[in-house]
Amino acid sequence: MPDAVSVHDATPLDLESLATDVVKRAVEAGASDAEVVVREGDEFSVNVRMGQVETLKESGSRALGLRVFLGKRSASASTSDLTADGIRQVVDGALALAKVTEEDPYVGLPETEDFGAIKDDLHLYYEDVYSLPGPERIEWARRCEAAALTADKRITNSDGGSFDAATGSKVLANSRGFVGCYRSSYAGVSAAPLAVDANGQMQRDGWWSSARCFAHLESPEAVGIEAARRTVRRLGARRVPTQRVPIVFAPEVARSLIGSVFDAASGDAIWRHASYLAGKLDEQIGAASLTIVDDNAMLLPTGVGGFGTSPFDGEGLPSRRTIVLEKGVLRNYMLNTYAARKLGMKSTHNASRGLAGAPGIGCGNLYLEPGTQTPEEIIGDVKAGLYVTGLMGFGTNLVTGDYSRGAAGLWIENGQLTHAVEEITIAGNLGEMLKNVTAIGNDLEFRGAVASPTIRIDGMTIAGA
Amino acid sequence: MNLPATSSPPSHRRYFFEKFGITERLLERCLGEALSAGGDYADLYFESVTSTSLGVDEQIVKSASTGTSAGCGIRVLSGERTGYAYTDNLNPDRLLHAAKTAALIASGPAKRPVQGFIEAPTADLYPVPLGGFDLDLAARLELILRADRAARAFDNRIVQVRAGYSEELRRILIVGSDGAFASDTQPLCRLNVFVIAKDGQTTTKGSAGGGGRAGLDQFVGSKSPEGLAQEAARGAILQLSAVPAPAGEMQVVLGPGWPGILLHEAVGHGLEADFNRKGTSAFTGLIGRPVASPKVTVVDNGTMEGRRGSLNVDDEGSATQETVLIENGILKGYLTDKLSARLMGTANTGSGRRESYHCIPMPRMTNTYMLAGEDSPEDILHSVKRGLYAVNFGGGQVDITNGKFVFSASEAYLIEDGKITAPVRDATLIGNGPEALKYVSMVGNDLKLDEGIGTCGKDGQSVPVGVGMPTIKLDRMTVGGTGR
Repeated sequence: MPDAVSVHDATPLDLESLATDVVKRAVEAGASDAEVVVREGDEFSVNVRMGQVETLKESGSRALGLRVFLGKRSASASTSDLTADGIRQVVDGALALAKVTEEDPYVGLPETEDFGAIKDDLHLYYEDVYSLPGPERIEWARRCEAAALTADKRITNSDGGSFDAATGSKVLANSRGFVGCYRSSYAGVSAAPLAVDANGQMQRDGWWSSARCFAHLESPEAVGIEAARRTVRRLGARRVPTQRVPIVFAPEVARSLIGSVFDAASGDAIWRHASYLAGKLDEQIGAASLTIVDDNAMLLPTGVGGFGTSPFDGEGLPSRRTIVLEKGVLRNYMLNTYAARKLGMKSTHNASRGLAGAPGIGCGNLYLEPGTQTPEEIIGDVKAGLYVTGLMGFGTNLVTGDYSRGAAGLWIENGQLTHAVEEITIAGNLGEMLKNVTAIGNDLEFRGAVASPTIRIDGMTIAGA
Repeated sequence: MNLPATSSPPSHRRYFFEKFGITERLLERCLGEALSAGGDYADLYFESVTSTSLGVDEQIVKSASTGTSAGCGIRVLSGERTGYAYTDNLNPDRLLHAAKTAALIASGPAKRPVQGFIEAPTADLYPVPLGGFDLDLAARLELILRADRAARAFDNRIVQVRAGYSEELRRILIVGSDGAFASDTQPLCRLNVFVIAKDGQTTTKGSAGGGGRAGLDQFVGSKSPEGLAQEAARGAILQLSAVPAPAGEMQVVLGPGWPGILLHEAVGHGLEADFNRKGTSAFTGLIGRPVASPKVTVVDNGTMEGRRGSLNVDDEGSATQETVLIENGILKGYLTDKLSARLMGTANTGSGRRESYHCIPMPRMTNTYMLAGEDSPEDILHSVKRGLYAVNFGGGQVDITNGKFVFSASEAYLIEDGKITAPVRDATLIGNGPEALKYVSMVGNDLKLDEGIGTCGKDGQSVPVGVGMPTIKLDRMTVGGTGR
């Protein structure tokens, strides 16, 4: 098998000139302003199951999105057809649609003086993600699964081990003269083993390592062994009675709570009154130990750009660091240009941009600042409680703050982890939960764009047997 | 989008042949290239999608967007292996390159695909006019503007209204190395309303939506803009006075229609053949065994006219069908695609679906529902001393391997002494798939299908689905509230 090759021949420079050309065409066709995003990507993935290759996928694609303005009206169009015909249809389509929309006084590109991009190398792109020859990529997936399968005799089956690599380019250009472009890369290795207990009850879990550069991936063996450990510890899971006890969230689930705080602080939800945080700027909304930061310009301790790092946001504003919560006080609503104008504020440079539609609001690298206690110390302080390692479902209502989700984990008895727990829910209200954070771990690690250390929350309700 | 002059199958094929210059000779060459290193089977999946969406927000038509995408996914099956590559450029060179990449999964002497294609006649569940739908934007805008007006008029505590309309037309052409040749044109549209209600310090939300594979004339009655808007507004106003949901195990009555998401999560996913072929599902090996109360019969049916989950052919070109999953409580069968049917030695249920040409097909659900029973909904409610009556839900999720599933109630009430009393706040319900339906003690005579809003995710791929159910009573289910 040959190494992955791009099925397209375009260089980033070609994509830039394509983007600026489409902006020009849109303006010539009558747009008062225009903004174009072009994306190109290649992906490779292999999954090995029970030692045999199960799926092998390799491809590349590109697409373009255009947003046009006719004064205070706007519309958008996108296409995967980058031929002259395809481009013409996108320009005509967007302008035709803009004519049926109505004037919205807050719509428009950001102010010209606000555009910009971080000039320093953010270390987002590493060619080495494709450096492994094809057969060795398969070997990485196989090794990862094999490590999981041999780690414990109760591991009897598997959803496989996998190796993935991807690279992508993104260009943003607009009629105010902004042109930005960056490339990024990704590599990942993972395993998803199954274990079975004496009663025939099966459990599945998994683990992964991902990085922007291949050299920073953990070894397939380390990932496979961790996947096995996580799977086996779920065996023998049982329900616990309905009760109120302290709940300790492991980092891999705690991060979803931090994501919910960001979503609730997101300007779109604020101006719509669709968030329980609306009107609470500069109020104490959480424990004094909580400081939450969003930083879309961040380098990881390894010197590599984080998974939420980029030189500019989805509207062409330079990336930066914004404090969401400072010692429990809500310091900023998270804003793109539109939400900022609706609220009479300035953008926090958190615009996210897909191919179609107006920009949304998204986080960069979002994290809860670590505390001083080790996770073991936090668990050790709990007389009876639940250590949550898995959450299920979508039971977070940002309007009311009501929180109710399926959970799985381990029971804590006298400061020790005991048996596995499943088929229960944990419930509370985000407003109260944030105030009831009673411990924060020192174990912050960026495994993705959103990260949290271990946290303990008191006063939540477990519903179970 | 009125639907008089219906299309004939060859028109779908003609679209790809004329627009992209595809020829039978090119298809044969690509299949030949795909099997150049051996393999059991290869197929080409051409897809062209155009979509349009419109949105009104704060009484202003703020958003309008359109999109087109086209491409081809090429797959080679060799034993249990799948090789896959796709391209968004339909030039012969790119197609042959993708075929060559997918071929790398096999390693053996070249195989020759069957020469000549046979296109089997298919159903016509969602007639599409020749040349596609019109794009009468004014008629579509009128739908969302009517919804906006109706929601705001419902109650002066409704402070924010958003209404959106979206539609897509998806054309597919599938050819297999076994000579299979299928094509289809699949319309799909949807109308949504979201509202925020505010009363003093209390703020709540409500939403409603409906749609399907049919024209604008489907938006009447409960699916009319007014019907959906009032439903969304009613839900939000109701929540203003909601009390905390109870916590713990209790009797639960589920209303008809969308609460059928219970079936999708509790049993549907667990019966998809890929999980069972690999022995990773909690339902593995349970065919012929009781997995529900004898009152329970569940089917998956892709052949219902105009419904969101329906398909004339699946994304492997196989005709869809009605598949009995559970009959009188006994597990009858799995949902299969070409690969799992061949490897398991069972019939193909026409359940191979994919999100787009970027994706490898897998067994998926279409419209999944429970057949009606004999109890009246009133009798069911009267039989409950203390419990929860849940009539609307947000999303759900399942762990296939241990069978645990959740689904989140967005409109529910306490039942006290057989009577519906206070509305409760959002709560997640949790259960164990192979056990939960054994506690179904009453099944209503009021089978209803949802309004056409479901999207199912699996392995990162989203596909439209439907669900349905009559009113049912579960003697035991865990309700995840905070109250007593």
